[in-house]
Amino acid sequence: MLERFGIGKTEGWLLLVIALICLFLSLTTDTFATLVNICDILNYSSVNIIFAAGLLVVLVAGGIDISFAVGASVVQYLAVSLLIWMGGGNWALGFALAIVIGFGLGALNAALIYHFRIISIIVTIATFNLFFGLLMFFTSGVSIYDLPDWLSRRVILFEHETSVGWAEITLPVLVMAVVVFATWLLLRRLTVGRQLFAMGDNTEGARRLGINLGAMHYLAYGWLGGCAGLAGLMQAHYAQEVVPNALYGRELEVLAAVVLGGARLGGGRGTLLGAILGLMLISITQNGLNLLGISPYAFRMIVGFIILVAISLSGERMGLLSIGRRHVKAAGASR
Amino acid sequence: MNSLVSTFLNPKGGKSASGASPLGEIGGLLAVLAALVIGLSLTAPHFLSAATFTSIAFQLPELGLLTLAMLIPLLSGGLNLAITFSANLSGLVLAWVLKAGGGADAGLLVFLVGVMAAIAVGALIGLVMGLVVAYIGAHPILVSLAMMIFLRGLGEFITRGGDVAGFPPYVVALGQGTLLGIPVPLIILIAAILLWMLILNRTRLGFSIYMLGSNLEATRYSGVNTGRALTMVYVLSGIMCSIAGIVMLARFNSVRVGHGESYVLITVLACFLGRVDPFGGFGRVVPVAISLVILQVIGSGLNLLGTNQHLATALWGATLILVMVIRALWSRLRLDFLFRRR
Amino acid sequence: MSPQRMETARVDALAAPLPELLRLEHVSKRFGGVQALDDVAFDIRQGEVVCLAGENGCGKSTLIKVISGVHPPEPGATIFFDGRPVHDLSPARARSLGIQVIWQDLALFPEMSVAENIAFERNLGGRPHLVHYDAMRKEAARILERLGVRIDLDKHVRELSIAQRQLVAIARALVADARLVFMDEPTASLSRAETEALLAIVRRLSGEGISVVFVSHRLAEVLDVASRVTVLRDGRLVGTFPAAGMTQAKLTELMTGRTFDHSVRPPAEMTTPPVIGVEALSRAGEYEDISFEVHAGEILGLTGRLGAGRTELALTLFGMTQPDSGRIVMNGRELQLRSNRDAIDAGIAYVSEDRLSLGLVQPQSIASNTTVAVLDRLVDRLGLLSPSRHRVLVDEWIGRLKVKIGHANDPVSTLSGGNQQRIVLAKWLATGPKFLILDCPTVGVDVGARAGIFEIVSELAKAGMAILLISDEIPEVYFNADRILHMRDGRIVESFVPSQTTIERMERAIHA
Repeated sequence: MLERFGIGKTEGWLLLVIALICLFLSLTTDTFATLVNICDILNYSSVNIIFAAGLLVVLVAGGIDISFAVGASVVQYLAVSLLIWMGGGNWALGFALAIVIGFGLGALNAALIYHFRIISIIVTIATFNLFFGLLMFFTSGVSIYDLPDWLSRRVILFEHETSVGWAEITLPVLVMAVVVFATWLLLRRLTVGRQLFAMGDNTEGARRLGINLGAMHYLAYGWLGGCAGLAGLMQAHYAQEVVPNALYGRELEVLAAVVLGGARLGGGRGTLLGAILGLMLISITQNGLNLLGISPYAFRMIVGFIILVAISLSGERMGLLSIGRRHVKAAGASR
Repeated sequence: MNSLVSTFLNPKGGKSASGASPLGEIGGLLAVLAALVIGLSLTAPHFLSAATFTSIAFQLPELGLLTLAMLIPLLSGGLNLAITFSANLSGLVLAWVLKAGGGADAGLLVFLVGVMAAIAVGALIGLVMGLVVAYIGAHPILVSLAMMIFLRGLGEFITRGGDVAGFPPYVVALGQGTLLGIPVPLIILIAAILLWMLILNRTRLGFSIYMLGSNLEATRYSGVNTGRALTMVYVLSGIMCSIAGIVMLARFNSVRVGHGESYVLITVLACFLGRVDPFGGFGRVVPVAISLVILQVIGSGLNLLGTNQHLATALWGATLILVMVIRALWSRLRLDFLFRRR
Repeated sequence: MSPQRMETARVDALAAPLPELLRLEHVSKRFGGVQALDDVAFDIRQGEVVCLAGENGCGKSTLIKVISGVHPPEPGATIFFDGRPVHDLSPARARSLGIQVIWQDLALFPEMSVAENIAFERNLGGRPHLVHYDAMRKEAARILERLGVRIDLDKHVRELSIAQRQLVAIARALVADARLVFMDEPTASLSRAETEALLAIVRRLSGEGISVVFVSHRLAEVLDVASRVTVLRDGRLVGTFPAAGMTQAKLTELMTGRTFDHSVRPPAEMTTPPVIGVEALSRAGEYEDISFEVHAGEILGLTGRLGAGRTELALTLFGMTQPDSGRIVMNGRELQLRSNRDAIDAGIAYVSEDRLSLGLVQPQSIASNTTVAVLDRLVDRLGLLSPSRHRVLVDEWIGRLKVKIGHANDPVSTLSGGNQQRIVLAKWLATGPKFLILDCPTVGVDVGARAGIFEIVSELAKAGMAILLISDEIPEVYFNADRILHMRDGRIVESFVPSQTTIERMERAIHA
């Protein structure tokens, strides 16, 4: 029944847990269930959801990437510096630059993974350090505070005054919605997206059907790169500054959330809804801990614990399944 | 020259069929090291000094111990991304025991208890990861990643992001002192290398790790308890992390969560440079150890040449890519050659 | 389409040949130093069903890959399709001609729905476009109806049985307007009923004018659908023969190039007590109510189709799975096997049918593979592995089984199939087993090397070992076992004594 709306087992569980947490927080705090707070969560989560949508594409295609967050920092810095050098620029130019540079960084990963057959985790550990090292070296860790006017001016799409303050929906939310829609279109509605799934599901089968695996690699990592570029731009807009190490470490949070949402390492399985719910679960937990006055230092520990438990539980089903599968495969391959 | 290049670039180590003999392999790496030392002493006038070598001898161990912690999971076809934070956390445990036992006045017995507790915690962290990987069948990348996030959070929660310092003087002596002119941490590293060689070459567990690294199911069908062996892989890794954590504590006389975070890359790099097969099953301790010295010499050289620390990070990344790319090209070339010759 | 009409269609075909669809001549293919195909010819007419037979490694797969454009043939080959020469055969070109291959591993996408798997062709093509799920469903439904089968279109392929997956793969081939379909060992893992259903579908396709090449070495099941049999051996064409009048024995002779003139094992009075006894062993969904005994020095044959539960039974005897009910008794003592380590300790060894991924750790050395099961015996007083003991043990077994190797440290994958199988035997014999299970021990072993393997097996029996020989090659069990059990759909249905029956009678009983 629920499956008709794309709500599988994982998504169902996540919805339930999120609902319970929301209920608990609404009852124990005054501030959680207010429009202001909900808009805050949405504004804050936008950047991560853009990352998550991109990362999902790579996971579905059977790869992994941990370089995207520092890649986004590189994009931020390069794009903003270029825009300043060009005398300011505008939104259109900003978006274009962010996507193009981001795509380029993703394509570098794709090239190394596809043409030289290096495992994706190794490639992206290397590019992670390459990107971050070069960024910190050339910027000397110096932030850019003096952004072009159009970039630092807040774009408010919706506002509403309440008794506790202004509730606002800002530009990142719109960009997030567009990215999510585009990714949904790619993965569910476009033929190339289905080819991506096919490659992650059964690479040899995809090859035999004549799917262009090289192009699929560039598409997947390039898509993540493009998303990361947009996320970087939005983060700079949201924070109104460019700090070279602001996004350092974000990749783990996002990766964990997407896996929490049911995406499988090794490809072929994963939904956009699951990824978003996984991310929302973490954002809401963080928000709740904050409102409850729990030390921000405890936050990572609790999130890490949740992920560890979730992997162990979901791993059990998948683990047994994969052992069963291995037997089928072995029996099939024997003759 | 050809043998030297091939030693360095062959994708799979430790296989006589792939050309180079184990001795030639080690010889090749030593030649690279020698070339490097000569090159650096010509370009950086201060390189060939006692000070440089002392600094290398003191810096090498923590990286080396962490590399050993990375090596065994890699051999088993997995990965342990949580090595640095496991080390940090073990360090914290030792620090906590020392603090509880009198801070700067803590006795040697307290220290020993602390070391035991630190190693126990490292083993426990490894045990949890190992059980999840071996019996639940979750992906090692995910498990170690989740563990890494958890440990970092836990460490930051305990320390509130700050340093823990103020240990008895003999702890510092352990980290910065020498025994018979050899830095103590270096002695610990050498002992650890010997221990790893013993485990990998001379025990049933080590034999099983190589076998299951190539094919887990076939190894299980041969009657090896692969679940237990795979669990032990991560337990051993965790124990080696805690030894690294203890050495780090002693060298800096403090513990900070996040210290050595960038080492993960260098440990992976050292393993691959030492011809560990990225898919598991092949790789030996000695070549990895020599690769480690090569990397440390490069690092110190860059340092002497006044290279920025971040540039060094980028260079490590680039080196890893370069090594893997050249290896891929080299194996393709060799294949072509073999086919044409037939 | 009724069978009667098909029958007349075939008679007509013989009277007035249907137009030729594909003709290959002088096809050769080399891989490195290996001559995979040597001047092979092949042809098929429209709507015809041809059986392509040969042992493993005879060049069947290479021939299919040449025809489907995966491997270009060596210069000098000529290929005619529809009477016109084809020069640039690529996978895409082959597909556009209507050549489809259903590989044995099926190449499906387990995480996708049945509908999408069948109609995946619609997701291919140059320019990205929208996916039309409704159109895919309709097309999939249409094809499944044409095949006369019902499968839930929304199920994931991973949830399907092997037989259903097979049907999905066939349906996918038909979506692309197939004119020539290759089926690589399609019945290998099907039950009898499923095989019958598949053959009915093949008849249907043939009736629609689609040509089918059945790759199989079991003639009985394709005899009534195929009109001709093409036999390959060692990359060469043995010949193409009319299916009528062909027998399994004759086909085996053609495939192996040897007449099976050697005698069966002499009847033996089993006076020794049984080494192992199985009593009413059952495991849900795998096998049911299995009882037998194997005496010291006896070779018990176990045959039946793949999927009859043979390997599943063997895995239980080896402790890899646990039975739901029943007993395993060894030398009078009941065994509780929790893992294969218990089985090995009890003196049971298992040579897997899947040497490539279960029998040997392929990339590792010959030496390691020989000793992996007896590590406990290699330790010295300190509990450490002793390199000298290791070397002695490896040398001993390589010598005893006369394995031809270069160096004991070479990867085991560098050995030939026959020598690899000797290493597997060495590994298990080193454990000192009393009961040896051989699961299809000659898969991927050259014809010449098979006799060598069975010489060893016979020696072991003479030395008093109890042996269970599992095989789907009837001649193999007929000529090498003392007694043969026939397993079908998880049960033992018959038993034979080779000295009291003929191979033809056995084949009829098993394949009928």
